[in-house]
Amino acid sequence: MSIPSDFVEETAENGAVTLHFSGDLSIASVGDLPERLRAYAGAATRLDISETGYVDTVGAWLVHRTARDMEAEIVGADDDAQRLIAAVAGADQATDIRPEPLNPVIRVISEVGEATAVTFTTLSGLVGFFGAIIVGFFRLVRHPGRVRWNAVIQRFDVVGVRALGIVGLMSFLIGLVIAQQGAVQLRQFGAEVFTVNLVGRLTLRELGVLMTAIMVAGRSGSAFAAQIGTMKLTEEIDAMRTIGVSPIEALVLPRFLAAVIMLPLLGFYASVVAIIGGGLLSWVELDIPPATFFSRIREVVPLTDVYVGLVKAPVFGAIIAVTGCYQGMQVKGNAEDVGKRTTAAVVQAIFLVIVLDAFFAVFFSWIGWN
Amino acid sequence: MSASQTIAYNPDYDGPIISVRGLRNSFGKQVVHDNLDLDVRRGEIIGVVGGSGTGKSVLMRSIIGLQKPNEGEVEVFGQHILGKSDAETIEIRKRWGVLFQGGALFSTLTVAENVMVPIREFYPEMDREFRREVAKYKVCLSGLPPDAAPKYPSQLSGGMRKRAGIARALALDPELLFLDEPTAGLDPIGAAAFDSLTKELQQTLGLTVFLITHDLDTLHAICDRVAVLADQQVIAVGTIDELLALDHPWIQEYFNGPRGRMASAGKKVRA
Repeated sequence: MSIPSDFVEETAENGAVTLHFSGDLSIASVGDLPERLRAYAGAATRLDISETGYVDTVGAWLVHRTARDMEAEIVGADDDAQRLIAAVAGADQATDIRPEPLNPVIRVISEVGEATAVTFTTLSGLVGFFGAIIVGFFRLVRHPGRVRWNAVIQRFDVVGVRALGIVGLMSFLIGLVIAQQGAVQLRQFGAEVFTVNLVGRLTLRELGVLMTAIMVAGRSGSAFAAQIGTMKLTEEIDAMRTIGVSPIEALVLPRFLAAVIMLPLLGFYASVVAIIGGGLLSWVELDIPPATFFSRIREVVPLTDVYVGLVKAPVFGAIIAVTGCYQGMQVKGNAEDVGKRTTAAVVQAIFLVIVLDAFFAVFFSWIGWN
Repeated sequence: MSASQTIAYNPDYDGPIISVRGLRNSFGKQVVHDNLDLDVRRGEIIGVVGGSGTGKSVLMRSIIGLQKPNEGEVEVFGQHILGKSDAETIEIRKRWGVLFQGGALFSTLTVAENVMVPIREFYPEMDREFRREVAKYKVCLSGLPPDAAPKYPSQLSGGMRKRAGIARALALDPELLFLDEPTAGLDPIGAAAFDSLTKELQQTLGLTVFLITHDLDTLHAICDRVAVLADQQVIAVGTIDELLALDHPWIQEYFNGPRGRMASAGKKVRA
């Protein structure tokens, strides 16, 4: 084991002070020596390290620093110690551990400014990207032979068919919860039969499509961003451009079409499953038999509710695909950016979906589809 | 000595720094190493070469304990370390530093903070102010400009990141340094500068260096000996001249292929 470092003070007859170091001078042995040396108040002119054992750069640095601060000379260093002291002396340069902190006021202002700028560039970028997709779409309409049917069908499978399980389970549970909460509250007025209205109208008009959109944003929007972002990192997208393949046509449009077409289907399916869940609970809790439940649904839910849900769905799908693909295309630099962009894609997609949903609600009540 | 006791580091030991015996590593049915032996002498720079997939990195990972071999013995500083827990090998692990291929710097910390991490882990009692000083001079010792210390790894170039990795590997003043392809991805000037840094540090600090490389220039410029990995074993260890005297097809092709001849010619010009 290493011998702890130590030092003793010796004053010669002429008043010159020498510090004699002993023990090992290494990272394992310095212990509290740095603090003690800093606290040492005397003015030594010589540091004698001839009695020390093993010296490493940490010990050499300690000796060098002490000599530098006290303007003392180092004596008794053997060849190894001299070499190390020379090396650390060469590395003794003023530097910092962390970048200099900004003034907090300036930092807050600059962060707010940066966030505002990013918001606006993202919004204009999204609009521009949407435009590019539309242009690409019409180019494909003019040249239908260029449509990549395989890619489109594959996306249909990934975005739509494979989401059936999780969307179905989620919607079923939501239907159950709506019916259960509705039954509890409406029973207080003896109006529990209106649970049917609640389940039917809420799921078809709002929740079926909205919850599906959130699920698809989390499931497919994130996947779009991560897939395209990774391809951006590995320069696959640059390679596509150089050989004349448009990334919009090859990557973005299949995903866009899949989301726009699959979201209404998934949304309608989700509403139906939620109604089944609500019906099951009504049967168990409220003793409304399924036949009665479904005939009541047909009576109380106007067809416009179905339209309201189905009109919104492709718009939500478009938002999810555009944000996902846009954020994927924005990936630059390193793998960390893929993670950030994926998060941004999901957050923006869900946010925009909910904002637009509010606008739709106002719009539909304005045109009288209550 | 009970099994959970820490293995002591013996400063007076002067046998081979690393001694690998009968090492066997396999992943599923694929056998990477079988009955592999290797000795690394004190104070040398040993270059480890081999074709892709011959398990150079796996060998390094087996020695530093990141990969559990199926069979075999690994001694570092004369102590058996295989199958020992991290707590038991702590005194041994303090004596080595590792530079991973990509630098493996912690991206949320500045370069200087990266250097402070091992010091804080292994010597928590060290005075904070002194620890900061140590981190600063280690950064400069690794050939980085002083203004690199407060930067984050993402702000550094590839070559500077490798140097920052070296600074962190040297944080505890190790005797043994593992370098995994240190010059991969560097331009020839940067690679040559890194080679001379390695050599300089090895001489100043008295290091033993275990260096995995594909870079023929590095082998010629700084390696005292070269270990060749092929056929699941170290088939030969020696100076490049000694290796060239062997009649093994892979070694001949490696050192006498067009790139090998260029590197060796460059060595002669420099010398």
